[in-house]
Amino acid sequence: MYYTYAITGLILLISFFINKQKTIKAIKISFRKFKKISPTFINMLILVSIILFLLPDKVISDYLNSSSKFVSVFLASFIGSITLMPGFVAFPLSGILLTKGVPYMVLSAFTTTLMMVGIVTFPIEKEYLGIKVAVIRNISSLLIALTVAIMTGIIFGEIF
Amino acid sequence: MKRNVIRIAYILTYILFLVVSFILGYNPGKEIAFNFISFLIYMLKILPCAFILIGLFEVWVKKEVIEKHLGEESGIRGYAWVILLAGTIAGGLLVAFPIAYSLYNKGAKLSIIFTYIGAAAICRVPMTLYEASFMGIKFTLIRLLVSLPLVIITSIFLGNYLTKRNYRMVEGK
Repeated sequence: MYYTYAITGLILLISFFINKQKTIKAIKISFRKFKKISPTFINMLILVSIILFLLPDKVISDYLNSSSKFVSVFLASFIGSITLMPGFVAFPLSGILLTKGVPYMVLSAFTTTLMMVGIVTFPIEKEYLGIKVAVIRNISSLLIALTVAIMTGIIFGEIF
Repeated sequence: MKRNVIRIAYILTYILFLVVSFILGYNPGKEIAFNFISFLIYMLKILPCAFILIGLFEVWVKKEVIEKHLGEESGIRGYAWVILLAGTIAGGLLVAFPIAYSLYNKGAKLSIIFTYIGAAAICRVPMTLYEASFMGIKFTLIRLLVSLPLVIITSIFLGNYLTKRNYRMVEGK
């Protein structure tokens, strides 16, 4: 995180020394773009805050630990699709679930949909891509995530 | 206009609910407020950098450069470039959409744009290393080797399909 700030700051400084006007223009563009999308971000945050309340870590663990592997894969991809969780929360959680005996393919479905499919980020996505293309992208991402889960299951010997 | 009124009413209701929850000591409301604030902080850490870089990109990078390397004539190296770019930029999907839009405006072709969005979701380098440390290298490798080719293939199909239909990306409405 701090690296990102350091690098951005450095680039900004270099840009400023090379051309003051252009840099000011760049910052204006940044503000304009940020302002334009920020209401959608607030909407998304409201959605996330409610969904995470309804689905705390404990509930997610219970769902992913259900008796049938295939039911778990579907539940995992569903939960992964509707929640938003940064990697620094999702992977430790998955690591713990792994030690509790949750199959790799279930965790794969969970983490991959978490990364690729975004129901809560959909409001933002549709602002840039349009509704139709955003829907197509999310559905194809879900199918890719399920393929990844199945391949993971095969290679780890959890299916056969 | 009407849409804005509904949006403001909705946000005010939400804020009112949180405030009342705090006054009455209603726990679910407090938890939701906590979730909201922690995610707000998380996003405020990422977004300013991302948008400043987007601004600088818009001013400094010439359209010809993007057209040449990521445009219609770019070929397979364009995909390699854009995956490399996606892998090194933090922030995931949220940041990927505005960046993808800037790339598009500078002349990158659609299949490359969709590859960029997909790759930003699945192969950021810091996240991948973090994942491997919790889940094992085998798990991470399977995920990458299966998903990345599928992302590229679907992006090419989607890109070609939309190009034929004269699809345009528009920012906001």
